[in-house]
Amino acid sequence: MNTKTNILKGIAAAPGIAIAEAFLYKKEKEEISSDVISDVDDALVNLDNALAQSKKELRKIFSLAVDKLGEKRAAIFEAQIMILDDPVLISSIKDRISSEKRLPEYIVEDEISKYTSIMSLSHEVYMKERSHDIEDIKNRIIKNLKKKKWTSKISDDVIVVTSNISPSDTVLFSRVNVKGYVTDFGGLTSHAAIVARSLNIPAVVGLHDATNKINERDKIIIDGFHGLVIINPDNEQLQEYHERIKRLSKYDEELYKIRELPALTTDGKEIEMLANLDVSDEMSFIIHNCAKGIGLVRTEQLFEEYEEFPDEERQYEVYSKIAEQVYPGIVTIRAFDIGGDKVLPVDLHEPNPMLGWRGIRLLLDNPHLFKTQIRAVLRASTHKNVKFMLPMIASLNEVQDSKKLIDECKKELHQENKRYDKNISLGIMIEVPSAALMIKEFSEEIDFLSIGTNDLIQYMLAVDRGNDIVSKQYQEFHPSVVRTIQYIISEGKKYNTNVSMCGEMAADPFAVPLLLGLGLETLSVSASAIPSLKKIIRSLNYADLIKLAEDCLKLKTEYEINKSIHEFFNNKIQDQIKNLY
Amino acid sequence: MIEKKVKIVNNAGLHTRPAATIVKLAAKYKSDFFLNKDGLHINGKSIIGVMTLAAEKGSEIVLTFDGADEEQAAQEIVDYFNRGFDEM
Repeated sequence: MNTKTNILKGIAAAPGIAIAEAFLYKKEKEEISSDVISDVDDALVNLDNALAQSKKELRKIFSLAVDKLGEKRAAIFEAQIMILDDPVLISSIKDRISSEKRLPEYIVEDEISKYTSIMSLSHEVYMKERSHDIEDIKNRIIKNLKKKKWTSKISDDVIVVTSNISPSDTVLFSRVNVKGYVTDFGGLTSHAAIVARSLNIPAVVGLHDATNKINERDKIIIDGFHGLVIINPDNEQLQEYHERIKRLSKYDEELYKIRELPALTTDGKEIEMLANLDVSDEMSFIIHNCAKGIGLVRTEQLFEEYEEFPDEERQYEVYSKIAEQVYPGIVTIRAFDIGGDKVLPVDLHEPNPMLGWRGIRLLLDNPHLFKTQIRAVLRASTHKNVKFMLPMIASLNEVQDSKKLIDECKKELHQENKRYDKNISLGIMIEVPSAALMIKEFSEEIDFLSIGTNDLIQYMLAVDRGNDIVSKQYQEFHPSVVRTIQYIISEGKKYNTNVSMCGEMAADPFAVPLLLGLGLETLSVSASAIPSLKKIIRSLNYADLIKLAEDCLKLKTEYEINKSIHEFFNNKIQDQIKNLY
Repeated sequence: MIEKKVKIVNNAGLHTRPAATIVKLAAKYKSDFFLNKDGLHINGKSIIGVMTLAAEKGSEIVLTFDGADEEQAAQEIVDYFNRGFDEM
């Protein structure tokens, strides 16, 4: 079916399938008239009304945003409201209307554009984005001057197709029953993607020219599992997807039935299923999917939310809220993994960032920043359900130096009479090959290990996973990778140190049988993947898995291992599960 | 008139949140308050103006305060800059 020409391929940003009419959301440029006016007083009244109306709308969006997105992300709207009261801006607009006697829309456009043009000249991405925010407010005032309705009459049950989606758009759309999001730009961390995931709506982003190829009211299918958008599907495609939807909803019912049950193999081996947490908004989703706890909180996300290094109080607030919500489950907070390909608020250009200043290296070089986080995590641990994990560990001294800082923080908190869990568990990510070979020594220093597959694979195979040219060399199931994972797990068991996996591999339904066979007993994956993985695990026989792993450890190429795990999947996993992927 | 040179010391620079706080602080005082950087002369009571100042970490800004309560205004606002907008 993939050979048909009406299929667009993008990034699968939020899972699910929907069939609905396209709603093209375009921010068309308003025609601005510079006509001369006769009645200045009338124009000034019109301006005041437009400002008041804009303020009313933004207040509404602000309070909606606080509900839907949380206070931090809503802060942009507060600044927009302040602009409507800006004494300098408003008085110069009014002065110019009186002296130039031209339509307010022209003066507003001209006056605010002075600021946005300065901002868009900036080399800072951040400033460019802020200029979009100010553009947003300008357009809102102009629409209201023309007494046009700002929100297009978006109807229920449509798939929104747009070039890019602003925070205020996402908030507005969330009020009606949107069936899916399709965007030209944006990746997995764009606003559309994050909101779609937290609202459980399928989304495909980064399609480049979807807004040109899709027409208003076209019937489209959005496949958020595979990142596909099908325009005006033929009967065959429609039938296929209607069946898939039917299967999905039946499958969902089945998943719902087992949600309270453990991830138990047919011969009684229980696997612990934990969730990875990206943004705090996904919390309800995690609880709904019955994760036993959180195996990984990616705290570097906080930078995106706050756009700066969050201070101790803000971090404490976030961490303790998560810990409370997941109680009595456990939450594993990973220290900031910044640098590499991850967000770094400092402007730094390294020739080879993935081998550069990232993770624990950056933290130990910035003890003040690191201690701020350690203190916040310790303070959030009063219910004794918080663990702390260090990223990018390559050598023993990095753990020892970190422990010194943790001890310092404990002492400080003790002196300040602040409570914390004195026995808080400390763990490390195993994602650098050097650490994978020293499990015994690390086990003497720490309480648990978590395998980060993405980085481990790229460092083992010397392949940049973001580089298309060598993407073929990025072999997840390279024999050396499989054997290393086996080594980590068995060494962990030998020295009584818990091993889990939180990388992408842990959520891959083809990889899971192999991983469990290698002895892995804890998986931490995105919450949405838990129910179907649990279903798969509940259909497996543990003895078969051990056999599969033994076989794979003898194989010499990735091709053979890949073939072997796919054959296993096809033979052992029930048909209904297979057809979903 | 009081003139003070300040340096941006927090990592994220003068972004939306500190811009809003500066304007709110300035609004409490009667004195005129301006920020001068790279030839830009920005009224500190204007949020859109302060947002336009692309002041990243390490950049220097000259602040001027002029009016009856200039001393108190200067003290509070300069202090806020020196605290790294409470983000240190």
